[in-house]
Amino acid sequence: MLLFAGTPFAMNRIMIIRIIALLAIVLIFWLGTRKMKIVPGRFQSLVEMGLDFVRVNIAEDLLGKKDGRRFLPILTTMFFMILFFNLTGIIPVLNIAGTSVIGVPIVLAAVSYICFIYAGVRKHPAAFFRNALFPPGVPWFLYIIVAPIELVSTFILRPITLTLRLLMNMVVGHLLLVLFFSATSFFLFTAGGWWSLLSIGSLAFGFVFTLFEILVAVLQAYVFALLTGVYIQLALADEH
Amino acid sequence: MFNSVNTTVLAAEATHNPILPETPDLVWGFVCFIVLLVFFWRLVLPRMKKLLDERGEAIEGNIEKADIAQKEADALLEQYTAQLADARVEAGSIREQARADGQRILAELKEQASSEAARIQATAQSQIEAERQAAVVSLRSEVGSLAIDLASGVIGESLTDDKRSAAIVDRFLADLEASETASAAGAAESSTGAVSS
Repeated sequence: MLLFAGTPFAMNRIMIIRIIALLAIVLIFWLGTRKMKIVPGRFQSLVEMGLDFVRVNIAEDLLGKKDGRRFLPILTTMFFMILFFNLTGIIPVLNIAGTSVIGVPIVLAAVSYICFIYAGVRKHPAAFFRNALFPPGVPWFLYIIVAPIELVSTFILRPITLTLRLLMNMVVGHLLLVLFFSATSFFLFTAGGWWSLLSIGSLAFGFVFTLFEILVAVLQAYVFALLTGVYIQLALADEH
Repeated sequence: MFNSVNTTVLAAEATHNPILPETPDLVWGFVCFIVLLVFFWRLVLPRMKKLLDERGEAIEGNIEKADIAQKEADALLEQYTAQLADARVEAGSIREQARADGQRILAELKEQASSEAARIQATAQSQIEAERQAAVVSLRSEVGSLAIDLASGVIGESLTDDKRSAAIVDRFLADLEASETASAAGAAESSTGAVSS
């Protein structure tokens, strides 16, 4: 604990990293959208590409134009928050993902959960839970099995899997990097002698996994936003 | 450098179960989310939407402009085509007119030429006739005076008395003509035709 120790706002290193990532997002998108031109420059193109990726590939693809626009702020926030918080894991000096403690994944999973239930209840005020738990077209006696499965999978497992998928990916990625770089350090400085040759291999693996972490960071951000989109889409669908 | 930092973090993480959230963790996660949500919702996405609208308008405007230009071009083309067709028709009629004129002029010229020829022929005919007449008259007087001179020489007497000489000449000529017509009956007409006719 570095700041505000003992209060609910106690800050440790990861919280500071989150703030840094947050400032990075705000800076990039504030600058990128400050003076937007119809014919974009390089930086604006990049920012537009990022925003369009979420808008077109996630929101409008899954939810259509109208609903896509409704949920676009949530999805955009999720995507870029997870992306930037993930990427701090491979940025020197920061070295740990802002999403690698459970706070952010759990908050975002809760947002996703609230969103799709809100979307469903808003669209089908009377029928949402009934359709979710007792899907139409299933013989009544199967509801004994189907209803508990639906209850667990839709209302319990969805937020848990969202949380844990993101959290564990980041934790494991971080542990792998720690492992490889610690091993490199150990072989090189502690073990010494012929052991130091192994440090080349462990450093190479560390480098490869750093690249892999970039992929994971983007992929997890995409998956999280995409799944939220899918859940909202399922809740909005007329037939379950 | 990396490892020393990482190992301390690893050690710090190992002290509690990573699945159980700590209050500050949740609080900061939530604060970050709210800040970003408001940022994207109120600032970035409206700017983006505005840009997309403007871009759409610009593109639509350009398309509209292009449409108008296309229509203008089409109208011009149509006009030109019509003008061209008119010009073709006009050229055709002018050519037709020219051909007709040419034929007319040719016919006129032919007519003129033939009438001229006829006129020239007639003129020549009458001239020839006149010259012939003149030749006949002069021949008559010359033949008369020659004959008188000759006769004067022969008879040794002047036949200058006009009355008598004229009578003699007339009689001589009358005889001559009579003998000629008598001989013309027997001889070929062509040899005497020039005088008798």
